[in-house]
Amino acid sequence: MAVTAALALQGAQSVLGLALAPLVTGVVRKTKARLQLRRGASIFQPYRDLARLLRKESVLAYNASWLFDHAPAVILAFTWVAASLIPVLGTEPVLASAADLIAIVGLLASARFVLALAGLDIGTSFGGIGASREVMIASVAEPAMLMLIFALALIAGSTHLTAIAGFVQSPAVGLRVSLGLGLIGLIMVAVAENGRIPIDNPATHLELTMVHEAMVLEYSGRHLALIELASSLKLLLYLSLIAAVFLPWSADIQWAGAPPYAEQLLIYLGKIIGLAFLLGLFEVSIAKMRVFRAPQFLGAALMLTLLAVLLRLVSRSF
Amino acid sequence: MILAAVMLCVAGMFAVAIAAATLASRPFGRVFCYGMMAALALAALLAAIAGLHGGAVETLRLPVGLPWLGANFRLDALAAFFLVVVNLGAAASSVFALGYGRHETAPKRVLPFFPAFIAGMNLVVLADDAFMFLFAWELMSLMSWALVLTQDRDAANRRAGFIYIVMASFGTLALLLAFGMLAGPEGSYAFSAMRGHAPDLQTASVVLFLALLGAGSKAGIVPLHVWLPLAHPAAPSHVSALMSGVMTKVAVYAFVRIVFDLAGVSDWRLSAVIIALGGVTALLGVLYALMEHDLKRLLAYHTVENIGIIFVGLGLALAFRANGLHAAAALAATAALFHVFNHSLFKSLLFFGSGAVLGATGERDMERLGGLIHRMPKTAAYFLIGAAAISALPPLNGFASEWLTFQAVFLSPQFPQWGLRFLAPAVGAMLALAAALAAACFVKAFGITFLGRPRSREAQTAHETDRLSLAAMAGLAALCIVAGVVPGAFTAALAPVSKAIVFDRMPGQNPAALWLPLVPSLGNANSYSGLILFALLAAAMALVALALRIWANGASRRAPAWDCGLPDPSPATQYGAESFAQPIRRVFGTIAFRAREDVFTPPPGDTAAARIHVRIIDPAWEALFAPVGRGVNFVADRMNPLQFLTIRRYLMLVFLSLVFLLAVLALWL
Repeated sequence: MAVTAALALQGAQSVLGLALAPLVTGVVRKTKARLQLRRGASIFQPYRDLARLLRKESVLAYNASWLFDHAPAVILAFTWVAASLIPVLGTEPVLASAADLIAIVGLLASARFVLALAGLDIGTSFGGIGASREVMIASVAEPAMLMLIFALALIAGSTHLTAIAGFVQSPAVGLRVSLGLGLIGLIMVAVAENGRIPIDNPATHLELTMVHEAMVLEYSGRHLALIELASSLKLLLYLSLIAAVFLPWSADIQWAGAPPYAEQLLIYLGKIIGLAFLLGLFEVSIAKMRVFRAPQFLGAALMLTLLAVLLRLVSRSF
Repeated sequence: MILAAVMLCVAGMFAVAIAAATLASRPFGRVFCYGMMAALALAALLAAIAGLHGGAVETLRLPVGLPWLGANFRLDALAAFFLVVVNLGAAASSVFALGYGRHETAPKRVLPFFPAFIAGMNLVVLADDAFMFLFAWELMSLMSWALVLTQDRDAANRRAGFIYIVMASFGTLALLLAFGMLAGPEGSYAFSAMRGHAPDLQTASVVLFLALLGAGSKAGIVPLHVWLPLAHPAAPSHVSALMSGVMTKVAVYAFVRIVFDLAGVSDWRLSAVIIALGGVTALLGVLYALMEHDLKRLLAYHTVENIGIIFVGLGLALAFRANGLHAAAALAATAALFHVFNHSLFKSLLFFGSGAVLGATGERDMERLGGLIHRMPKTAAYFLIGAAAISALPPLNGFASEWLTFQAVFLSPQFPQWGLRFLAPAVGAMLALAAALAAACFVKAFGITFLGRPRSREAQTAHETDRLSLAAMAGLAALCIVAGVVPGAFTAALAPVSKAIVFDRMPGQNPAALWLPLVPSLGNANSYSGLILFALLAAAMALVALALRIWANGASRRAPAWDCGLPDPSPATQYGAESFAQPIRRVFGTIAFRAREDVFTPPPGDTAAARIHVRIIDPAWEALFAPVGRGVNFVADRMNPLQFLTIRRYLMLVFLSLVFLLAVLALWL
């Protein structure tokens, strides 16, 4: 059965994403450590951290509600589904009819909505500051992302990621100005959405500048493990998205015969590790911004993607 | 047959209104009124669903009204759909009020007007001549005005009522003139006659402009929205839900009826005006809402935002129709109408939730609420569903209709006109901003009201609301989920409406494709399936729960909040509504509202409190209404001496005006 095989592939892809996510975080951390002339922890340290957190009991504040208790699982589920919808091992549309790129952005927005509410639940000032800043950053990042989708839809004729990924692999697409602008916009959005430097610093604590870490400050034990896994998965999602749309090199796909899964997996891993290394490099080479410069940064991303759309409208050759 | 059934229900509503006037002071008056209204609205709802499904056009002429015209009523697909919206909202509101109404201090001020208000909205949708339409429109306006003034001892409510009645009269005047233009040289007020002759471009432009003024002011188009956030919250909460969730939709109906059906506007430049206005309305509406910390006013401002989204869809539908792109027009129209339905669901739900909070705490100010999730868990859960739905989060219904709207925007390269091609991405960016800001705003609305620690004694001692109110909220919340998971079932029901106003329907918009993904157009592979997404999410959550059960330490311990080791016992140190919105106010508010923060810090050694003062200037009020008000005052001042003339001068004035009018007449003929 073709459907069964496709579903099995989809399932494998989802599990692969979940299993790979902490590794990507580990690679970014290791890269940063090496570039800062530290030895740094092993790239497998995030797995150990997760295992340690899962073994510990969870401490909940006295006034934590059911929302606080269930939020981590919901956040992980939304992020996981969104990540599963990114084509990894080729461009076969398995669950393609379920959700397009807008829906993927929507799923991430749902996860963020729940996370920001969880940040407000205990009623501490740190949770509030994190939630408030997170939604402020998202309110500019999301439109930039949607404009990018618009630009991609103009180029590829669809908002479906499988169709877009398939289109960029075809010879019809070459170097385009609008794609270049879109890539810059997407990287800026990805940096902001994942709370990386210069928007937020995932390594910081006890600082008034933090965003994501402030929201999850009250979490511990298994709850924190789920949150950490979800944020690793979100990073992997954005890297996979960049890889799928802007790094369209893949093995020669022959779905009729024996599909070259192993080759594709290797190529995918190479792309992701490469991107993770570049992210680490980027993070050590710049300083963190003041929080109120973040909207300007993302406003630039919005303008770039809007420009990509307009250029594309003016002429099909851009 | 169906029309007669609906008319009987409407007659029944009027009877209930009259009976309620006498029974209002009795203890069972409330139960009688709301119980009867729930039954009647439900009956009308079922009839309307049958009408939408059957698709037959029925007309009815009653020998009242203008002698040569009678009172004409008509039930077609468009009317049937809006009857569904009106009566669904009315039924839910009546059930909610069965419980909530016991908070009413003056039932006489509510009970007689409530049924008449709903009857008026039904009649607007059914009317088939301009006289009947305007009569019903005014009935709707005046009854809702009376309901706004329920608590007229509060000066703010009196002001709200005054501004509302001025704006409502102005809107009706605009509609009257629009119908006058449409009536043509024969002066026929029957809609069937108006449909017969298509107006020329000039007339169509004037009609569209007047419809935007008349229906747009009722719906809350920026800058005519100023009455809405004052009047909607002033009414009792179940009436607020009706005004915000349903009456604005009746205004959308009036706009669609006049512009798409009666005038048959077919010029792309006019549609560009609607699209641009819709985008500005959506963005400004949500920014206003973010600045607000009164829960009900925040919700009212979100109505403005959602009306903007609906008008973007309608404008796109008109633009596609004008260019003969019927398939794309069907997508845009379906998106707008589906959003009409969805917004009526979640806005009513949210207003019920705010009513429950108001009933339990007596507070609308979010800065005095907090922690209600512990004391009102069910209300909190339903409010959360409504908040997620209005924030356009998948897999709920708000996302489905906004997704369709975005797909319609993405079809804009099909336009032959450059103006529209460039307008569409700009409006798309505005809609995207509005959607993201709406999510931010509902994190604030839900987070500050229901989460955190209670900020006042009232919030600390609140109790869960009554069962009937909860049942009304549960029903609407369930519908929000169903409409999000199987949007195909609802868009399929919209196919006849879309066919009626833009002459086409979406692919897959038929009863056989209920469970299939939404397919906006055949040209691309885009699709969205709430069902698959919902199943995936459920599976993912189950797997996560299972994995936790197997691998994780399931023990939990309760302890004081960590808060970096220095938790502050005072609930005032949490984030409040103002502080939560402060970053967004600084980013967007400085441009949109010229928001300014003045911080006063006492000098060292002085123990006075530091103060922060935030000033926000409403651009619509400042640029449009304040000058008009000043102008009226100026003219009134200048005219004042005319009140103190002698009889001789008055007679002379009468004589001069007579001469003037005769001269005009002589020159005219």
